[in-house]
Amino acid sequence: MATIYIDNKAYTVKDGRNLLEVCLQLGINLPYFCWHPSLGSVGACRQCAIKVFKDEDDKKGRIMMSCMEPVRDNVRISVDDSEAAAFREHVIGWLMTNHPHDCAVCDEGGSCHLQDMTVMTGHSYRDYRFTKRTYRNQDLGPFLNHEMNRCIQCYRCVRFYKDYAGGKDLDVFAAHNHVYFGRQQPGRLENEFSGNLAEVCPTGVFTDKTLKSHYTRKWDMTYAPSVCQGCSLGCNTVAGERYGSIRQITSRYNGEVNGYFLCDRGRYGYEFVNSPQRIHQPAIRPHHNGTPSSDWIVAQAADKLRNGKAIGIGSPRASLESNFALRQLVGADHFYIGMSDMEHDHTALALKILRDGPVRTPSLHEVEKADMVLILGEDLTNTAPMLALAVRQAVRQEPMQDAIQTVHIAEWQDAAVREAMQDKKGPLFILHTFPTKLDELAARTQRGAPDNLARIAFAVSHALGAEIPAVNGLNDEERELVKEIVQALEAAERPLVISGYGSGNDAYMKAAANITWALHKKGKQPMLSLTVPECNSLGLEMLGGHRLDSALDVLRHGDADTLVILENDLYRRADKHIVDEMFRLAKEVIVVDHLYNPTAERATLILPAGTFAEADGTIVNNEGRAQRYYQVYVPKDQVQESWRWFLQIAEKAGIPRLNGLQNLDDIVWAMTVAVPALESIQELAPAADFRMAGQKIPREPHRYSGRTAMLANENVSEPKPPEDVDTPLSFTMEGFRGEPPAPLIPFFWSPGWNSVQSVNKFQSEIGGALHGGDPGKRLLEAHVNGRIPFFTEAPEPFVPMPGHVHLMPIYHIFGSDELSMHTSGIAGGAPEPFVIYLNPEDLHQWGASPGTWVNFEVDDHPYTMAVEANNWLPRGIAALNAGIRGAEVVDMPQCIRFSNVRTETI
Amino acid sequence: MFSLIRSMWLVFLHMFHKRETYQYPEEKAPLPARWRGRIALTRDPDGGERCVGCYLCAAACPVDCISLQAAEAPDGRRYPSFFRINFSRCIFCGFCEEACPTYAIQLLPDFEMAEYNRQNLVYEKEDLTINSQGKYPGYNYYKVAGMTISGKDKGEAAKEEPPVDIKSLLP
Repeated sequence: MATIYIDNKAYTVKDGRNLLEVCLQLGINLPYFCWHPSLGSVGACRQCAIKVFKDEDDKKGRIMMSCMEPVRDNVRISVDDSEAAAFREHVIGWLMTNHPHDCAVCDEGGSCHLQDMTVMTGHSYRDYRFTKRTYRNQDLGPFLNHEMNRCIQCYRCVRFYKDYAGGKDLDVFAAHNHVYFGRQQPGRLENEFSGNLAEVCPTGVFTDKTLKSHYTRKWDMTYAPSVCQGCSLGCNTVAGERYGSIRQITSRYNGEVNGYFLCDRGRYGYEFVNSPQRIHQPAIRPHHNGTPSSDWIVAQAADKLRNGKAIGIGSPRASLESNFALRQLVGADHFYIGMSDMEHDHTALALKILRDGPVRTPSLHEVEKADMVLILGEDLTNTAPMLALAVRQAVRQEPMQDAIQTVHIAEWQDAAVREAMQDKKGPLFILHTFPTKLDELAARTQRGAPDNLARIAFAVSHALGAEIPAVNGLNDEERELVKEIVQALEAAERPLVISGYGSGNDAYMKAAANITWALHKKGKQPMLSLTVPECNSLGLEMLGGHRLDSALDVLRHGDADTLVILENDLYRRADKHIVDEMFRLAKEVIVVDHLYNPTAERATLILPAGTFAEADGTIVNNEGRAQRYYQVYVPKDQVQESWRWFLQIAEKAGIPRLNGLQNLDDIVWAMTVAVPALESIQELAPAADFRMAGQKIPREPHRYSGRTAMLANENVSEPKPPEDVDTPLSFTMEGFRGEPPAPLIPFFWSPGWNSVQSVNKFQSEIGGALHGGDPGKRLLEAHVNGRIPFFTEAPEPFVPMPGHVHLMPIYHIFGSDELSMHTSGIAGGAPEPFVIYLNPEDLHQWGASPGTWVNFEVDDHPYTMAVEANNWLPRGIAALNAGIRGAEVVDMPQCIRFSNVRTETI
Repeated sequence: MFSLIRSMWLVFLHMFHKRETYQYPEEKAPLPARWRGRIALTRDPDGGERCVGCYLCAAACPVDCISLQAAEAPDGRRYPSFFRINFSRCIFCGFCEEACPTYAIQLLPDFEMAEYNRQNLVYEKEDLTINSQGKYPGYNYYKVAGMTISGKDKGEAAKEEPPVDIKSLLP
């Protein structure tokens, strides 16, 4: 700790930080542009100038950039000094000389850091009366709008895009006062984190293009704290609504999870909420006349449940509450986990490893601090994008610590640290069948059949002392690799092993567990991160239920005739012929979902469910962190939370298991009583009766406009504002205006800080936790004294089977997720459906050429797809784009047999 | 007694004074140009809509009686896809006019908006838009803004340099 004097007032602050961070943390308003808590300082914009004095007697002082000055004990500085203030005002004046007169038509307006800083410095009249510089813009694809005239040359965009996210196609061009930030050619930005530029850019050069298509100012949206539904990482988001549709997703800072950033799937994958394919009204099929009332439809559903033998199928993309309500509705014995068998096996294995094993699974923030990373069978950029971004930071750890030791500079001295590090990278090893975007950072990569790569990983664990039989038959190169990985693992202080569902091979996860457990036994502090397929896969697995394939058996044996399907498209969970048979056998199919999909088409009764934006719920991410998302707005029509439908049906049907439950807190309570593993969800967030100064927390900013006009076209008398019985948030702008508890922060705003940079005011330490601790509760902690035996069964070496190919999945950030594909920009980046990839030699052997149709059989059921060559696939292995609509074959890995190769091309 | 007579005398004299009462509605009172009455959306000198859908009027409105949705036309101009004022709530304070950066929204010297049915006081964009530049003739926002619209390329607005040639290294 150090004592510093700011304007003659003493403060005790932490060592090792810079003066800008310290001032912001102390609540002092000091303007800045180029500094960003995640990107560090470069001292480029000259905006954060302060006066530094030599000693107590020094009255003159000198102007210095606070972001470049480390905290020193007894340093005396002044922020209010008139010379420093005048300097800052002049700097803004210069930056503004070329800034266009655009605020009215700029999407950043109202959440613009440049506006805030201009007001903060007091620069209110333009002295410059001459001509302004102009630039031509580029089309940067469906996600970002480009308006270069507004640029103030802070270099944040390229520092984020190139240095932080590893992008290649955005750079700075030209020279002196003509510098240009863009691509070499207009075109879609290739990096998966490009959307963050909209938040990183302090002004309106890069703005959210999907927001532009239904533009709303920041002050006009109704917000709620939400959690991304795009993958298993559970990044925190803020969802904004206006006029009954979701307008924008921004990052909600969570120091433990996503920090300041989001991936493009998470940021832009929200359009399904506004999709024309939404289910708005309940319906009875096939005799559907008009819109039934919700009471009548609930009675119908209750009748069907009472008269039939019902089973429930849950969903990994529905909340814990909804899954639990369904489980109680049909009874735990009749509840089936709505995951494909492969997903179920992987998630169950991940849960077992994390719950019973002695090794801790890290949060994304801890991943960034790992000094050695081993990735087994995962293309993280596509299966868990923000984890890939965290690994990028982890790879810098080792050389950065070196640089810090040798040249004695602080970590936040970004440019200097990068200069000292040069191109040095920490140890990263990737074992995966296909090339991945992280390969460029890797010390070694190895490709091959998943089984063979998993054998290498098993050999590593054996070499580290895992009590498993030796893996024989590795070649020299593989043995060399094993040795290299073992050395790196042993040398590291915080080694991290990452594996998951990405190759459809659970041998990788077992090997990853073996490696970390062996390291743990040696007294090391390893970390183990496992990805799971969907946003609530782990939560659903913790809730428990039967396998999906046993649901088919139950239907076949006539032990069930009514299916209740929760927010799930079963055609994504099992091969088409299996799901078709399930629907043939079921007499009644009750579907509760928010989008029409092939499963909803087979329903006899449809109930409209709320998406993440219209429902409250809890989901559990891949590290076992339970997180609550809140309803953003009250939907029109009869859309409501799935769990609420189930509660109403249960009441009508007289099911005692859900008796007396009314709202969110009730169901959370019932769930924690029924499933002790979920107990700490009770403490996740304040209950519905929580009040601050006797008031609820408003979802709308205090400048929310148009209340008395937005519905006036329907009726000039304003309706009563909706009430929220489930949460301490209100749907209006009335309520407590101070800082809410961290899990309830609907949006970041602070007086004078309208942009997302206001998050500084909510943190207990800049770049650290939010006040009161980051939201979310970890349900899984390492079982330190757990005695779980090593996984001994290393897979056999892969040998192609004559006449058959082994099918493995390929995941894509754009395409493999069901819901985000409703965003046109994401669908535009998705790979082709109906394509099966083969090794060119296999292709030749089958007599097929790229683009021809092939027939193949799965359990004697015929499927047809086009073949394409892929040079990375080993002989005997085929791959399919997983999760793409129309993929039809879902169960992977499995063996398929080609029956017929047609010669005509597509 | 005296004051009583005096009062009656003064009242009597008023019979010969100029009448202050207007025989409204047959006779209209002259209103100053800056009278804050009915709100209108004006047009550019070139006839285009002035409103760019910036939402500042809505934010400034103390009774929140303005709601709109911004959109962008294929030619690059921004416009409100709907613009609604609930005059049954409006207090004619003129804050919206003050906030408007494009002189689009203007208060006119017209107050005759009474309706028997309150619903008729909800004015949509078609009811608000007038075919005039209002109080600020000659002002064209896009001529001073940096955004490109069809017919006005980068560098063609007032006080703009031609677009930078980013391949040039000359000073």
